[in-house]
Amino acid sequence: MKIIIVGCGKVGTTLAEQLNKEHHDIVIIDKNAGVVNSISERIDVMGVVGNGAVNKVQMDAGIEDTDLLIATTNSDELNMLCCLIAKKAGNCHTIARIRNPEYDSQIGYIREELGLSLAINPEMAAAMEIARLLRFPSAIKIDTFAKGKKEILKFIVPDHSVLNNMKVRDVLVRLKCNVLICAIEHNAEVIIPGGDSIISAGDKISFIASPVESNEFFKQVGIDNNVIKTAMLVGGGKITYYVAKMLENTKIKVKILEQNAERCNELSELLPRAMVINGDASDQELLLQEGVGQTDAFASLTGFDEENIMLSLYAASQSKAKLITKINRIAFENVIDSMNLGSIIYPKLITAETILQYVRAMQNSMGSNVETLYKIVADRAEALEFKVVNEPCIVGIPLEKLELKDNLLVAYIMRKGRFISPRGKDTLEEGDRVIVVTTVTGLNDLKDILR
Amino acid sequence: MNKKIIIYVLGWILNIEAVFMLPPCVVALIYKEASGIWFLAVAAVCGGIGFLCTRRKPTNMVFYAKEGFVSVALSWIVLSFFGALPFYISKEIPVFEDAMFEVISGFTTTGASILPDVESLSKCMLFWRSFTHWIGGMGVLVFILSILPLAGGYNMYIMKAESPGPSVGKLVPRVRTTAKILYGIYLFMTALEVVLLMIGGMSLFDSLTISFGTAGTGGFGIKNNSMAFYDSYYLQGIVTVFMILFGVNFNVYYLFLTRHPKDALFSEEARAYLGIIGVSILLITINIYRGFGSVFSAFHHAAFQVASIITTTGYSTVDFDLWPEFSKGILVVLMFIGACAGSTGGGIKVSRVVVLLKAVKKELDSLLHPRSVKVLKLEGKPVEHQVMRSINTFLGAYIVIFIFSVLIVSLDNFDFTTNFTAIAATFNNIGPGLAGAGPAKNFSQFSPLSKYVMMFDMLAGRLEIFPMLLLFAPSTWKKS
Repeated sequence: MKIIIVGCGKVGTTLAEQLNKEHHDIVIIDKNAGVVNSISERIDVMGVVGNGAVNKVQMDAGIEDTDLLIATTNSDELNMLCCLIAKKAGNCHTIARIRNPEYDSQIGYIREELGLSLAINPEMAAAMEIARLLRFPSAIKIDTFAKGKKEILKFIVPDHSVLNNMKVRDVLVRLKCNVLICAIEHNAEVIIPGGDSIISAGDKISFIASPVESNEFFKQVGIDNNVIKTAMLVGGGKITYYVAKMLENTKIKVKILEQNAERCNELSELLPRAMVINGDASDQELLLQEGVGQTDAFASLTGFDEENIMLSLYAASQSKAKLITKINRIAFENVIDSMNLGSIIYPKLITAETILQYVRAMQNSMGSNVETLYKIVADRAEALEFKVVNEPCIVGIPLEKLELKDNLLVAYIMRKGRFISPRGKDTLEEGDRVIVVTTVTGLNDLKDILR
Repeated sequence: MNKKIIIYVLGWILNIEAVFMLPPCVVALIYKEASGIWFLAVAAVCGGIGFLCTRRKPTNMVFYAKEGFVSVALSWIVLSFFGALPFYISKEIPVFEDAMFEVISGFTTTGASILPDVESLSKCMLFWRSFTHWIGGMGVLVFILSILPLAGGYNMYIMKAESPGPSVGKLVPRVRTTAKILYGIYLFMTALEVVLLMIGGMSLFDSLTISFGTAGTGGFGIKNNSMAFYDSYYLQGIVTVFMILFGVNFNVYYLFLTRHPKDALFSEEARAYLGIIGVSILLITINIYRGFGSVFSAFHHAAFQVASIITTTGYSTVDFDLWPEFSKGILVVLMFIGACAGSTGGGIKVSRVVVLLKAVKKELDSLLHPRSVKVLKLEGKPVEHQVMRSINTFLGAYIVIFIFSVLIVSLDNFDFTTNFTAIAATFNNIGPGLAGAGPAKNFSQFSPLSKYVMMFDMLAGRLEIFPMLLLFAPSTWKKS
């Protein structure tokens, strides 16, 4: 694919590096000639110096035959303008980094009107990651589906779980949880389970559920031993706000430490359920007083990397809480990784990672009608989201009458915003979206699910 | 310094050279020449060593500018060394430094020869001699980039070190695709010239070797009197046109190919280049008109010689050493200007000259208006400070090497014109100079020391000086 990246900060550079490795043709645009030169010397990409929102610059970068433009400059408005112009000039897919929370409420509208394929908010993405870590400390991997309404989670079945030696069909009946187990990794093999497949301890299980359902499921399965009930967030920035907002409807109690009294007021207004404390987090007395020793999770989210590192190290010395440390500047990664800082969150890497995921899915869906693609097990099992078009050999026929491929599962049907867990009698209708889980990789069209 | 990866790259160079030695073998087979066996033998040796060096990919793939420059410079030396072996072993050029000189002159597309009697060489040797022009013209490492999956971020360093011109741009995002496009254009234009020459009645062997010489802007003739042998306005005209074409920046052709003919026509460098050619031809035609009798004949020969010198090819249709001083003066100036950046030609390069002249004008302006601010532009884009600096340094290094080379060669006690133009002709990769180094003469009379100096100059000229200087700079090899 041909991809243009506007803005060569850390996100842009990480993307260029990774996408180049994945054999895409990359053109980078940045106003700073020095940056462009140093990157195009290091990585095999072409550089254009200039303002990425100017049509002529985009032309120089070859917008006409480009498949995707990614705008990651530090200005939201510039990013949007880049994408808008690219869309008109090249009719390509566009991805913009939009981080101002003020745009959050209308992000859907912006996407629609500007024709953005993806709008990414680094702080939001980081917050999502943190919220996930807090909610499911034992899940290995979590991805969201259908705009966050469904999640796909992976975890290891513990030794003494009720799941041990249970048949998949019994899970629903005995645990009364509406979850769909879509892949079992048993030793080195990956299977898409049927009703008779047996789960055993040590397997890695991927399942699809809504956030509430998955909470319930984890509790039933008996891996709630380290569920987090209280979380202390240090620093009252955007990420903290998003995390607290996401955790509002869960059972996790959030305590926020912030130095600036004004910001404290704002947060308290925005987050009525969170406890906001005005004070300096580097004050050990205050931390102890607010219970750093007893909290289940401790997240250092201030704007200073050094402070975050120190805070996490201190928290580690005082308690056994799950630690989360935010690091903005990606330098000396290996040194930081070797310290006892718990889960380290690099918002920029997460942003790049999210975009990469989209690009990979796009790559997979080039010339096909796959909407999104998730790798459950790298190259061995994937979940695909299809849009159902008028296809007489599929539409309107009950699922039990369709001759589906082996190791393939129609996991969900989304019809008019509702989720249907398909049974044999259900049919696919035009306009539906379906999620298909399969070990047959490389499906391009919904028709391919047939034998 | 990551020596392992340099050895790995050199291994690939040898592998490629082994492959390149096969066409001469075929020629030897066709003409039933025994000396072809030496090509096979050397190819086997190259392939063998190459295989050993490339058998295992080095684990440490660290490759920075330093490694890029050193491997490019070393590659060219290794290439020349093995390329000289067939001449030497077969005793067709019995002295080793002569064989080295001839092959370096070939690979660097200089075309200066130490052979008094070219026609006495066997066909396969003649073919190899001309073929080295073609290989060297676009660059061997660029060729390797285009065909081998040498993945990694270091491609740009190699391309930078080997491609002529002050700043190297890519045509498309990937170095590999860029290299492929360049070689595609190169191959197509060479083939076109071969066909056109054959239509004019030239034999396949002659048209191939002549085209190789034109394409690489090399200039090895296969006749003692170079292109004068083919006494046909058509054949010489074709060669004139193609010499000029190969002296144009290849990016211009790419722009033509990719529906941007307007940008191509507005290429400032190409326009300056064609302008210089036009004016020079006009002046020389007026100057030599009396000697030739007819305007057309004078124009024809003036055009051929101007094209040959400015593109640094070095073919000749007449002995221009006998021309009036004014015409010779123009030719010497053209020797230094050279062809466009990004072409196969040598010299200082038109774009550098253009930038330098603009800088002089800017300096004059700022003397008159000390507070005036003016941005230097080339091709409508501002010239970055770094590029400007590299052009100045290039010119400085160029002059220093030039002066020292002339001084050393003066030890041979030839006249000044001979010494000066011999260095100008080798350093700028042209071939013939004036007086004792003129088109009707050859370089065999120089002492071995002078020959080595000129070999260095040829390599330095082809690789734009810095890779060769870095190779001999002690700090390159120090640890740290």
